[in-house]
Amino acid sequence: MSDTHALVATGMTKSFFGNTVLADLDLALDPGEVHGLVGENGAGKSTLMKMLAGVYTPDSGTIVVAGQEVSFSHPVQAQRAGVSTVFQEFNLLLERTIAENIWLGREPRRFGAFGPIDTARMRRDTEELLEGLGVAGLKAGTLVRNLSVAEQQIVEIAKAVSFDAKVIQMDEPTAALADHEVELLYSIIQRLTERGVAILYVSHRLKEIFELCQTITILKDGQHVATRPAADLTEGELVRLMVGRPLTQYFPDKPVDVAVGDVRLSLEGVGNAYVDDVSLEVRAGEIVGLAGLQGSGRTELLETVFGVHPVARGSVSLDGAPLQVSSPRQGVRARLAFITEDRKAKGLALNQSILDNSLGVVRAVFPRRTAAARREMPGVLSNLEVSAHSLGQEVQFLSGGNQQKVVLARWLSIDPLVVLMDEPTRGIDVGAKHRVYELMRELTRQGVAVLMVSSELPEVIGMSDRILVMRDGTLAGELPAGASEEAVLAMATGAATEGDAA
Amino acid sequence: MSTPASTPASTPATTSGSAEAPESVRRRRAARPRGARRLDSTALIYLVLVGVVVASAVLTAVEGRNFFTQGNIWAVLTAMSVLGLIAIGQTLVILVGSLDLSVPYVVSLATLVAAGGMKGLDSNVPAAVFNTLALSVLIGLVMGLLVSLLDVHGFIASLGVGLIVSGYLATNYQGSHGAAAPDLSLLGRSGIAGIIPTAFIVLLVCALLVTLVLRYTRLGHHLYAVGGNREVARMSGVRTAGPVIAAHVICSFLAGVAGLLLLSRTGVGLPTIGSQGRYDLLSIAAVVLGGTLLAGGKGSVVGTIGGVAIFAVLDNVMGVMQVNPFLKDFVRGLVIVLAVAVYARRSVVRRPPRFGPDRVLPLPVPLLASPSKPTDQDPA
Repeated sequence: MSDTHALVATGMTKSFFGNTVLADLDLALDPGEVHGLVGENGAGKSTLMKMLAGVYTPDSGTIVVAGQEVSFSHPVQAQRAGVSTVFQEFNLLLERTIAENIWLGREPRRFGAFGPIDTARMRRDTEELLEGLGVAGLKAGTLVRNLSVAEQQIVEIAKAVSFDAKVIQMDEPTAALADHEVELLYSIIQRLTERGVAILYVSHRLKEIFELCQTITILKDGQHVATRPAADLTEGELVRLMVGRPLTQYFPDKPVDVAVGDVRLSLEGVGNAYVDDVSLEVRAGEIVGLAGLQGSGRTELLETVFGVHPVARGSVSLDGAPLQVSSPRQGVRARLAFITEDRKAKGLALNQSILDNSLGVVRAVFPRRTAAARREMPGVLSNLEVSAHSLGQEVQFLSGGNQQKVVLARWLSIDPLVVLMDEPTRGIDVGAKHRVYELMRELTRQGVAVLMVSSELPEVIGMSDRILVMRDGTLAGELPAGASEEAVLAMATGAATEGDAA
Repeated sequence: MSTPASTPASTPATTSGSAEAPESVRRRRAARPRGARRLDSTALIYLVLVGVVVASAVLTAVEGRNFFTQGNIWAVLTAMSVLGLIAIGQTLVILVGSLDLSVPYVVSLATLVAAGGMKGLDSNVPAAVFNTLALSVLIGLVMGLLVSLLDVHGFIASLGVGLIVSGYLATNYQGSHGAAAPDLSLLGRSGIAGIIPTAFIVLLVCALLVTLVLRYTRLGHHLYAVGGNREVARMSGVRTAGPVIAAHVICSFLAGVAGLLLLSRTGVGLPTIGSQGRYDLLSIAAVVLGGTLLAGGKGSVVGTIGGVAIFAVLDNVMGVMQVNPFLKDFVRGLVIVLAVAVYARRSVVRRPPRFGPDRVLPLPVPLLASPSKPTDQDPA
C-alpha cells in the first residue's frame, strides 16, 4: 500500500539529552502533493525535517521512500534516495558559480573516474535544470554572491531537483522573500508537483499554507496534533490547533489611551546613493509601517536614518532639533534603536551569553548606565517572556523567537525615542510574534515612535497607524491604517498609480 | 513617478501566473548591473604589475641604468622562481582555509638533505632528490592530518611542525653542509637565451599544472568548496579531509622543490637559508596580494604569480638603487597593506548605488551610470 506514497515515515522519535523533541510521529506524502507542516517553534518541525534529510538519525521509526525502506546517516544518502531539503539557511558557496554549487561533490567527469571535470556538461545540465523550473535569466556561470536571496533559493531548489528528488522539503522558504518573489516560488512548486514531486512545506505564514497545501500536519510540543485536508480547516482552527488556545486577536488592538503626540522623527528630502527624496514624519506614540518590494530601499532608508549610510541630501530632525548622525554610534547616542533584519549576522553575538548580548549596546555607548541596566535586565527579559536556562546561556542555542526578544531587550536598555524595526518578526513563531506586537504597542504607550519595515503585508496592515510604501528607493505614497493588501501591493509594484486597485 | 505606467509585467502579484514569474527575475537581474564591467582582482594585480615595471624602468633609467637588460631580467625571474613555487603551494593551503608557516624550514631542510645526499656527485642525484621530496611530502602529510583530523588550525599546526624542524636544523647543522651535484649546479645556471632561467620554467610548469588541477579536477573544486565553507562542502557530500591534506602535501612538496632550486644556486645546504628568505610571511603576502582571500575559498594561482612578480620587481629596483634595508621592508609592507585595503574596499560595496553621484562611494570611478533616476523597471 505504501507503494502509492512518495514517502512514509512511521513512529519517528527523537530525543536530545533525555528531552523528547519528537514522539512517535507518522507522516505520509503523496506524489504531487504539497504537505504543510506547521507548529510553533520547538514543536518538532525542524527535528522531523532533519531526520528525513539525514542530518539527525532517528532514535526509532522507519522511513520508506517510494516503497523502499531507507535509513540515512548523512544528508547525501537522503538526497540519493530522493529526499532533498532546502534549508532556511542556504548551503551555498558564495564565491563559486551556480553550476559549481549545484554539482558540488558529484561534478561530471570526462573519460571515466579520474578524468577532468566536464565543465561544458555542468553548464548545460544547470541551464536545463533552471529551464525545467521555468526560470529564465540565470546563467550557470554567475557567482552566487551576485544573486539576490530569491535567486539563491532558486539555486538551492535546482540543486534539490538535480538529485531526481521524489520528495523536497522546504523550511520557511518564503522567510526572506518579498511578496512578488513568493509568486515565483509558487510557480516553481507547481511545476515540481506536476512532475509528481511531493513537497513538505514548513512555514509560519498561514496564508501560504492554505494557498499551497492540500494536506496539513500540525505539531505541538513534539506531538502529532492532527493531519487534515486543508479544505477542512480554517485559519482560526489551525491557529487553535497549533497553540492549543484560540488566538482571537492576532494583532493586539490599538490601545485607546494612547494619543499620538508631536512629531518625533522627521525626514526632509533625504537622499543618498540608495534612497532619494524621502520626506516623512513619525509622531510620538505612532507606528508607521514601511512597505515595498524587496530591494525597494526600505532597509537602506532605516540604515540611513540610523547612520549606517550618510545622508547626502536633505535633513533629518528629532523632536524638532536637527539630527546629524554619521555612524551607528551617533545614532544610538541620539537614542535611536535599530532592530536589523538579520539578527544572526547583525543583531547578536551568537556565541556570547544572553546577558552580554542584551547589555551589548549599553556597554558600548553608555558605559555608565551599564550597572543600572544590568540590574533591570532579568526583569526586562522575563517581561519579554524569554525562555532560557539562565542568563549565561549562549544565544545561538535559543529559538528564533527568543533570540529576537534578546535583540529587543538589547535596544530597550537605551530607552529609545525612535525604534527602527526591520522585519521584526521574521522567522519567529506565532507566540513570539504576538509578544513582539504587544511590545510595539507598549512602546507607543510610552511615546516612542516606531518605524517598521515588513514584507508581511498582514503585519504592516494590522500594526501600522499609517503605511508608507517605497518603490525604487523613493516613497511611492501613503496609505491609511487598514488599507487592503491589494492597495499596498499595487502601490509597491507601481501597477496602478491612480484610481483604485482591484 | 520614476516608473511610467509601462510595466505590463507587474500587474498585481496576486494573479499567480507562472509566465510572469521568470519575467520578474529577469527584470531584477537587469536592475543589477553590479560590477559586470569592474576589473576582477587578477586583472587589477597585473595592471599594478605593469605600473610597477614601468615605474621601475623609469627609476633605473634615472640612475643611468637599464632595467630591461638581459642580466637584470634573468635576475628578476630567478628571484621569482623560489618564492613563486612556495607561494603556489601557499595559495592552495590558503584556498582550503589553512595556512603554512613551516615553509622556510622545509626549504632549509630540503637544501641540507639534498646536499648531504649528493655529496657533490652526479650519481647520487636521483636518490637525493627522491629523499628530499619524500621527506617534504611527509612533513606536509603530518600537517594535513593535524589540520583535517585533529582540527588543529593550520596556523598552529604548521607553526608547531615548523618549530620542530627548525629545532632539528639548529641542533644538527652548524653552517653549510654537503655539496650540490655538478649537474644540479649546471641546471641552476642554465636557461633559454640567457633571459629565462630554467628555474623560472619550473615555476611556470608548476603554476600551469596547479591551475589545471584547480579548474578541472574534483580535488580543485573541492579545495575551493572546503575553504569557502567547510560545512556546506560536508553537507554536499564532499570528504573534507582530502582537499586539506592534499593542499598541505602539495605545499610542502613545492617547498622541497624550491629548496632544490636554491641548492642549485648556492651549491651547499644551508640551515638558515629558508628563514633568511622569510618565505613564510612573504609567500602569504604574495598570495594575498594576488587576490586570494586569506579566509579561503576564493583566489587563483595566476594572481599569486602576479603578486610574486610585483615583489620581485620591487626588490630588484630597490637593489639597483641601493635603497637601505629598512626602506625596502617599509615599501614591501606598504604594498601589502595598500593592496589588501583596496580589496577590502572593493568587497564592501555589495549594493550598487541607485542614485546619482555621491560622496559616499569609496572609488571615484562611476561603475554604473545611472545619472539620476533608476531605469531598472524598463520592461525587457
